[in-house]
Amino acid sequence: MRIPILKLHDCLLVSIQWELDDQTALQFQEDLLKKIHDTSANGVVIDLTSIDFIDSFIAKVLGDVIEMSHLMGAKVVITGIQPAVAITLTELGIGLNNVLTALDLEKGLEKLQQELGE
Amino acid sequence: MDNQSCVKIINEWDIVSARQLGRNVAKELGFGTVDQARITTAISELARNIFLYAGQGQICIEKLYENGKTGLRLLSIDSGPGIKDLRQVMEDGYSTSGGLGAGLPGVKRLMDDFQIDSSPGEGTDIRAIKWLR
Repeated sequence: MRIPILKLHDCLLVSIQWELDDQTALQFQEDLLKKIHDTSANGVVIDLTSIDFIDSFIAKVLGDVIEMSHLMGAKVVITGIQPAVAITLTELGIGLNNVLTALDLEKGLEKLQQELGE
Repeated sequence: MDNQSCVKIINEWDIVSARQLGRNVAKELGFGTVDQARITTAISELARNIFLYAGQGQICIEKLYENGKTGLRLLSIDSGPGIKDLRQVMEDGYSTSGGLGAGLPGVKRLMDDFQIDSSPGEGTDIRAIKWLR
C-alpha cells in the first residue's frame, strides 16, 4: 500500500498511519520527491503520530528523504514522534540531527511557515 | 515448546512478521509501551541483519520465568558467513551495507542482556533478554 501525500497550499502533508515495511518506505521516498517536483511544494510535514517504533532502516530512509527534499529546495518538518520512539531512537544511537521537528501537526505547520519566512 | 515461537527470515516481509510476533509476546507478558518499542526495534535490527548478511535464518521469541522474574528472550540464529571481527561490529557507526551502523550496538543498549557468538563460515547466534520491571 502507498502512503498518501496531500497538498495544502504550497505544502505537502504526509501522515504515516501504519507500520512501514521496507518496500513501502522506499516507495514513499520516490513518491514524495516526485510530488515535490510535480506540485513545486516548498515545504513538507511528515506526521509520525501513529508510528510506535522506528528502526535504523526506517530512520535512514527518513533521514535520506529529508536530505533529498532539501536538495530539491523543500524543507521538511517531522511531527508527532511518540515518547517510546524518541527513547528507542536515542538508545539505538540515532539522533536525527539537523532535522526540524515539532510536537504535533499544528505546531509543525507553524514551524514550516516560520522557516519559509511567511 | 510452548514458551518459544519462531519466525523464519527469508524475505523482507518476514522482518515485519518477526516484529509483530515480538510485540504480541511483549504485550502478553505485560511490558509497557516503551519496552515494547525497544523489543520491536531490537527484533527489527536482528531480523534485518539476517536478511542482509546471512540470506536466511530464524528469529525466536521465548518467554522466560527465572527466580521470580519474567523476561523475554530474543534469539537470532543463522548459518550465514559469520562475523570476522566481533569487536568491530559492536562499534557504533560500523557498517558494510551503507546503513547507519546502529544495529548491533543499538540492540545491546535496547535490551538488558546481550550475547553474540559467531565464527566465520558457521553463522551467527545472538541472544538478548529484556526483563520485566
